[in-house]
Amino acid sequence: MVEIKNSLVKDIFTIHVIGEVDASSSIHLDESIGEATSKYSKIMVNCEQLEYISSAGLGVFMSYINDLEEKGIKLVIYGLSDKVRHVFQILGLDQLLKITENEEEAKGIVNGV
Amino acid sequence: MEYKFKVPCSKSKLAEIRDFLQRVLSENSIPEVTVNTLVLAVDEVCANLIIHSHHCNPNDFIELNVRVNGQSEITFDIIDHGVGFNIGEYEEPSISDIVKQKRKGGIGLMLVRRIMDEIELIKGKKQNVYRLHKKI
Repeated sequence: MVEIKNSLVKDIFTIHVIGEVDASSSIHLDESIGEATSKYSKIMVNCEQLEYISSAGLGVFMSYINDLEEKGIKLVIYGLSDKVRHVFQILGLDQLLKITENEEEAKGIVNGV
Repeated sequence: MEYKFKVPCSKSKLAEIRDFLQRVLSENSIPEVTVNTLVLAVDEVCANLIIHSHHCNPNDFIELNVRVNGQSEITFDIIDHGVGFNIGEYEEPSISDIVKQKRKGGIGLMLVRRIMDEIELIKGKKQNVYRLHKKI
């Protein structure tokens, strides 16, 4: 089960991903990122409460990498726990996506600091 | 120690499979990051079977059989009655192709291969056993 909450502060849209993203729930993450990338150019994904991610969830992030580049959208993932971060590292996806430790660093990147 | 679990082929059951594995592995004092990757590998194989071999038909079942040998070796058997998919012979796409094609799938079995030490399909007349082996 995953719960997704969104917030907008100034021009930064944040997607809060809470719970587990697997083959049955990744569709919700996909819809949320799809909607965000159609409207905003500064996006943060708060994963502080993301407990689990499988290939279905990783695949969602991967499928937007080209769109982000083409549209000049900045998307930064932050707050991964050690075990979830390790899953991103297994296939080297941490090198293809922008991932930071915390919200402050993520803000710096989306604001181009 | 040997642990068994049986679930209908429904995507919503993946969370129950993970809970079962989590319990078994945590009981055997395996570190959290390792537990998570082992749970992930088994979840990926089960998701593949449920979605592709059984088309999410809840009248079909898959069975899990976990054998823990001390704290050094674990074998996961995932047993089904589907067509049988040879994970060992599966040809991997490249990450850059997946990104280019904006594909959302295709990396599950890559993860399984990176995480496990040995992967085997034992195809029988009545059932298939997908055996994943890991030295801790």
